[in-house]
Amino acid sequence: MNYEFNWMLVLTGEYRDWIIKGLIITLKISGLSIVLSMLLGTIITTLRMTRIKILEWITISYIEFFRNTPLLIQLFFWYFGSYVVLPEVINQWLYAHNYEFAVGVVSLTIYTSAFIAEEIRAGILSIPKEQMEASRATGLSFIQAMSYVVLPQAFRIVIPTLISQFLNLLKNSSLAMTIGVMELTYMARQIESYSFRGFEAFTVVTLLYIAISLIISLGINIYNKKFLRMIKY
Amino acid sequence: MIKIENIHKWYGDFHVLQGISEHINSGEVVVICGPSGSGKSTFIRCINRLEDIQQGKIIVEGKDINSPETDINQLRAEVGMVFQQFNLYPHITVLKNITLAPMKAKKIPKKEAEKIAYELLERVGIHEQAHKYPAELSGGQQQRVAIARGLAMRPKVMLFDEPTSALDPEMINEVLNVMKDLAREGITMIVVTHEMGFAREVADRIFFMDYGKILEGGTPEHFFKNPQHERTKLFLKEIL
Repeated sequence: MNYEFNWMLVLTGEYRDWIIKGLIITLKISGLSIVLSMLLGTIITTLRMTRIKILEWITISYIEFFRNTPLLIQLFFWYFGSYVVLPEVINQWLYAHNYEFAVGVVSLTIYTSAFIAEEIRAGILSIPKEQMEASRATGLSFIQAMSYVVLPQAFRIVIPTLISQFLNLLKNSSLAMTIGVMELTYMARQIESYSFRGFEAFTVVTLLYIAISLIISLGINIYNKKFLRMIKY
Repeated sequence: MIKIENIHKWYGDFHVLQGISEHINSGEVVVICGPSGSGKSTFIRCINRLEDIQQGKIIVEGKDINSPETDINQLRAEVGMVFQQFNLYPHITVLKNITLAPMKAKKIPKKEAEKIAYELLERVGIHEQAHKYPAELSGGQQQRVAIARGLAMRPKVMLFDEPTSALDPEMINEVLNVMKDLAREGITMIVVTHEMGFAREVADRIFFMDYGKILEGGTPEHFFKNPQHERTKLFLKEIL
């Protein structure tokens, strides 16, 4: 093998700037999607637990539909499909702004929220039903009891599984390159096609993904340890 | 104040409540006793609609609690409840356990809610524990916090569902003493309990339940000295 590694090429100059740009986009798209999918997942689960039949039916369909179709298909669906379905005004606005990025966030959010909804539901089911009862008995509404009593406890229980959902989301964000979001993987691919330094570019990017993942899990675990200690039954 | 008109409830095929009618006046302390499975807990859980009834009517303060027009959250704010297993919220401090409902359901400002909470903690004798978490307290202390939590909404009625059954023997009295104080202050109380000493001392009336019915009800005097029903006599013989 007489390949000569040239790490400096990707760690300096224009290529380095590309990687940094890609990293920022990856962080933005993942961060935004994590927050939104948590919100959406929580809302979906809460609706599912209202015991109102029609809501139950809709939310179960939502979860099964988006959990059981490939993310890549969903990305393409929103990317090519939204043009047909959405009103012209919204399309124009989206094209004027960052259309690819928006589709990326929407797809990742919807896809991941279906998994998160199920994780949170498992958490809620593990909280003794007396907690809901006791809070309803004091006059709190269902939504208030959920928000202040049940969900805060459920979140802490499902944090480990939520972390793996967040990590999946981070890694899945690389698929957004297929619709032209210039995130980390897209940039690595671009460096490769300009310089044929695929090995170096993808190594650097790989290490960056690992670094972000570790920071996410470490951060949440520290938060978790700090607050979980009080929960005893 | 509370009017119960011929209520029936079924769990599937099981007829838990078989036609109960009673009238409970403001300020009255009513103790409900009876063997397990007799429907006592189900009965008081119907009064704040933690359980739904299938027939009959429950009127609290002039409001039919099962009517779709009744705001159930508002009604529950007027009917406090204390559970056998305390059911405190483990993730927040004692103080927050008490202030949560007043702040969220009644929109009382934090400062005021905390003032009420401290007063109540003083009243149940554990104000120094305000910033601890429920798991750091003994069972008796937890149950006293639960009573304070129920009182924080300034309810017109307090329901107690076997409040001392989950406690170690030496902690039962500290909870009963708090309840006796409440009874003397004139709060309307409905208490499911096996503590016959408590019933004798503070109850205005005692109901004896079995097979989903109130078999007999009367003053402690009448209940302990002159029970009419065979089933009551048998029950009293076993527990006294």
